[in-house]
Amino acid sequence: MAAVTEPATTMIAERLEALVNRDTLRIAICGSVDDGKSTLLGRLLAEAGMIPEDRLAQMVRDSRKHGTQGGAPDYALLLDGLEAEREQGITIDVAWRYFGTDKRAFIVADCPGHAQYTRNMASGASNAELGIVLVDARAGVQTQTRRHVAILSMFGVQRVLFAVNKLDLIEYDPARYAEIERECAQLARTLGIAHGDAIPVSALNADNLVASSPRTPWYAGPPLLSYLEEVPLERRGEAAFAMPVQWVNRPDHSFRGYVGSIAAGRVATGDEVIVMPSGQRSRIARVIGGDGDLKSAQADQAVTLTLADQIDVSRGDVIADAAQPPQVAAQFGCHLLWLDDVALLPGRRYLLKLATRTLGAQVTEIKHRIDPDTQAQLAATRLSANEIGVCNLSLDAEVAYEPYARNRRLGGFILVDRETQATVGCGTLDFGLRRDRNVHWQHLDVDRAARARIKGQQPRCLWFTGLSGAGKSTIANLVERRLHAEGFHTIILDGDNIRHGLNRDLGFTDADRVENIRRVAEVAKLMLDAGLIVLVSFISPFRAERDMARALFNDGEFMEVFVDAPLDVCEQRDVKGLYAKARAGQIANFTGIGSPYEPPENPEVHLHSGSEGAADSAKRVIEALGL
Amino acid sequence: MTGTAAFQTHLDRLEAESIRILRETVAECRKPVLLYSIGKDSSVLLHLLLKAFYPARPPLPLLHVNTTWKFREMIEFRDRIARETGVELIEYINREGIGKTDPLNDPSRHTYVMKTQALRQALADHGFDAAIGGARRDEDPARAKERVISLRGAGQRWEPRKQRPEPWSLFNTRLAGDETLRVFPLSDWTELDVWLYIRRENIPVVPLYFAAERPVIERKGALLVYDDDRMPLNDGEVPQPRRVRFRTLGCWPLTAAVESTASNLDEIIDEMLETRVSERAGRIIDHDPSDSMERKKREGYF
Ligand SMILES: Nc1nc2c(ncn2[C@@H]2O[C@H](COP(=O)(O)OP(=O)(O)O)[C@@H](O)[C@H]2O)c(=O)[nH]1
Repeated sequence: MAAVTEPATTMIAERLEALVNRDTLRIAICGSVDDGKSTLLGRLLAEAGMIPEDRLAQMVRDSRKHGTQGGAPDYALLLDGLEAEREQGITIDVAWRYFGTDKRAFIVADCPGHAQYTRNMASGASNAELGIVLVDARAGVQTQTRRHVAILSMFGVQRVLFAVNKLDLIEYDPARYAEIERECAQLARTLGIAHGDAIPVSALNADNLVASSPRTPWYAGPPLLSYLEEVPLERRGEAAFAMPVQWVNRPDHSFRGYVGSIAAGRVATGDEVIVMPSGQRSRIARVIGGDGDLKSAQADQAVTLTLADQIDVSRGDVIADAAQPPQVAAQFGCHLLWLDDVALLPGRRYLLKLATRTLGAQVTEIKHRIDPDTQAQLAATRLSANEIGVCNLSLDAEVAYEPYARNRRLGGFILVDRETQATVGCGTLDFGLRRDRNVHWQHLDVDRAARARIKGQQPRCLWFTGLSGAGKSTIANLVERRLHAEGFHTIILDGDNIRHGLNRDLGFTDADRVENIRRVAEVAKLMLDAGLIVLVSFISPFRAERDMARALFNDGEFMEVFVDAPLDVCEQRDVKGLYAKARAGQIANFTGIGSPYEPPENPEVHLHSGSEGAADSAKRVIEALGL
Repeated sequence: MTGTAAFQTHLDRLEAESIRILRETVAECRKPVLLYSIGKDSSVLLHLLLKAFYPARPPLPLLHVNTTWKFREMIEFRDRIARETGVELIEYINREGIGKTDPLNDPSRHTYVMKTQALRQALADHGFDAAIGGARRDEDPARAKERVISLRGAGQRWEPRKQRPEPWSLFNTRLAGDETLRVFPLSDWTELDVWLYIRRENIPVVPLYFAAERPVIERKGALLVYDDDRMPLNDGEVPQPRRVRFRTLGCWPLTAAVESTASNLDEIIDEMLETRVSERAGRIIDHDPSDSMERKKREGYF
C-alpha cells in the first residue's frame, strides 16, 4: 500500500474529501415533446463524463437501430428505460437521473412532456429546488411551457431556468434569443416564480452545456453545468422547530423515544416543546442521532427525541417549538391535483396523508378548476385526472399543519382511495378554515345520500334468516368485524337482544312474531337512513314477513341471507339448549319443532352453514355485498 | 456528545432520507423484512437500519436468499455481521432447486429458480408484506422509473401502470388483496455515493471488493475467481494467480472480476472515477438483451 504522503495518494484523498462534502441540488426538468429534453440531458451527462463507457457504446449501437439521427449518435437513447416506451417512442413516467461534480450532486426528476402526464410532474416538482423548462428556440414560449411553469409554481419551486434549445436552428440569433428571454421572464413573474433565468443552448451541438460556446459570444452567463453548480440553495433552517412523529421507539420500559425527520428549524436539549394538536408541553431531554447523543439537530435530519415528562405522544403528532407552534385545523382551503382515472367527487370519502398523519377526509366543495394554460378560473363539479382545482377540504379531526408556501413537509398531502388503496390525488394546504367561517356546510342538504356519503359507503340491510343454531349471529358477527376493519359503519340487530329491550312485550304467537319483524324492519330502515350497513339476525321463519321487510327498502338495498343448516345439525349443536327444552315440551311454538320454517325461495345469498365454515360463509357475504 | 455536526452534505441528506424511509416502512407495514444480500449496498442498508432505530435494535429480521453458489468469503462475512449486530438473520434456500439447476450451464434458469423463485417463496412463506432491498435507480436504465416503494400485485409481479405517485416522498403503503411492497431506501444513491458513505462511516464490506491475488480462470473474456471444485475445468485450464477485485458480488460462476490494484477504499473510489464502466458489466447474467432487467423485474426479481 502506498504511503499517505505520496502526492498521488494525497490528491485522491483531497478529491474524495471534496466529494464527501459536496451538497445536493434537486432538479425537476420538463419540456414539451420534441423540445429536446432527452437529448439535452443525455448530452450534458456524456459531456460531463458521467456516462460509463459501456453504456455510451451501447447508445452508439442502438442509435443505428432506433435512433432519430440517421444512424449518428442519438444521445436521447441514453435515457430510455422501459421496452414499451422505447417501442412507442414516448416517455410515460418520471425518470430519475443522478449525476454530479466535485461541488454538487444532482438529483434530477425527468418529467414527461405530454399534457395528459401532468400528474407525473407532481412527484418531480414536489421536492425540487430548481425547475428547468425546455423551450424550443423556433417556437418560443408555448402553451405547454406555461403549463409546466404553473405546476412548478403550484408545488413551490421558487427558481426556474429556461433552457432555450435548438439555437442552431435559429442561427444563434441574439435578437431572437433576447425576445424569448423576455417572454420567459414575463411568464415567471406572472406565475409567481421568484427567480426566472434563461440560458441559450443547443443540445445537438453541446453549446453552453459544459463549456461556454464560441457561437454565442453575446451570452455572458455561465454554461448550464456551472449554473447548476453555483445556483444558491434555499434551506428551511430558519423557521421554528417542528417534527412530525413517525414512530414511537419503545424497546423496553426504560426508553421511550419519538422518532422522526425534522420538518423545520432546529432542536436542542432543554428546548421547551409543545405536542400538537393535543397542546401538551414538555422539554427536550435528549436529541439522539444514529449512533449517539447530539446537542442539537436541524431541518431534514432524522433523529430520535426523548422528553422530560411522560406525556402521551403518538405517530402523527407534531412536536414543535412551544413558543411558535404550528397551526391546527380540520377544514382547509387547498389546491388539489387529481391523479386518478376515476374523477374526484365532492363528498366522497378518502384517506388523507399529511406528513405522518393518516385520517379520513372529503372535499366539501370545488371552488373552481384552474385552466392550466391560461390560469383562468372555471366552474367544476368534479376533477378528472390531470386537473387542478381550488377546493375546500374537511378532515375527520384536527391536525397540525403549516401553509404549503411556508413548509412543504407540513403542508403537502396525498389522498388515497379507500377501496383500491391507490394514491388518487395530491395537494397543498393553503390556509385553515375556522369553523364559524365555514359556510360550505350549508351547501350540502343533509339527506340520506349525504349521510351515507360522509361515511363513504352504500347503506344496506343484510337480513340473516335461518333456524335457531344455524349460525346467523356467528356469521353476522364475522361479517361486521370485517366491515368494521375496512372502515365501514355497521350495526347488528340481533333477535335475542331486541327481544330483551324494544320487543320485550312480545311473545311467540304468530301475531307477535309478525309485530316483532315489523318493528325490527322499521328500525333497520331508520338506520339505513342514517347511512349505516345494518345486519339483521333473526330467525324470521315466515316468507310473508320477510317480504314485508323487503318492501320497506329501495331496490338493491335489501339482501336476504339464508343461513341454511339442516334441522338435525342445529339440534345437535343446540348451543343454547333450546332444542332440548322444546323437545321436552318446555317451549311452545319453537321453530322447526312446534312451528314451521319457510325457507326463502330466492335469497340473494344462500349459505350452507351445516357444511361450510363460518369464516367462508362470512367471506361469501362480503363478496356478495360488492362494496 | 458528538455536538452539532454540520448537517448539509449530500451524504447527510441521502442518509437522513433513507432512514426516514426505513422508519416509515416499520411504522406502517405489518411484517417488514430487510433483504440482505451481503454486498456493499446491503452493508450500507444494514448500517442505516441500525442507525434508524438506535439506541434500540431494529425491530425486523434480515432475510438472505442463498443460491448456494455464493463466495465462501461472503457467507463468512454474513455470519460475522449477524453475530456482531445481533440482528436476526433468516436464511432461505430453495431446496427443490439444488442439484437441478446449474449456474455454469444455464445461468438464467439458475437465477430464476434459486433467486427469483426462492425470494418469492421466502416472502410468501413468512407472510412478509414489505421487503426492503438495496437496489438503486442508477444501476440500470430500467430502474430509472422505479418508485421508492414499489407495489407488487399477485405473484409479486411488478405492473408499471399500477405504481403510485410519490409526491413529497409521502408514501402510500396501503395494500389491497394479495399485494405486497418492495421498499428501496437507496433509490437516490449512486455507486459513488455508496462507496463515499462506506468510507465516511467505516462500514465493513466483504474483502472481495479489494484487490488481492486470487485463483483466476479466463472464459470468454470474463475473469472468474475459482471458489470451489463444483466447477469442472476445461482441458488445459489452470487457475492462475492474478490481482483482481469485484465491483459487484453475486454467485461466483456468474460474477466477473476485474484486474485491479485497488486495495483500499480510496483506491477503489479513484479507480471507479477513472475507469467509468458500469458496475453491471460484471454481471454475466445481465449480458443478454439490454432489457433483461425489466423482464426479470416483472417476474419478481428485484
Ligand atoms: N437541431 C437541433 N435539434 C435538436 C436539438 N436538441 C434536440 N434536437 C432534436 O429534437 C428532437 C427531439 O429531441 P428529444 O431529446 O427526443 O426531445 P424530448 O421529447 O424533449 O425528450 C430530436 O430529433 C433531436 O435530435 C438541438 O439543440 N438542435
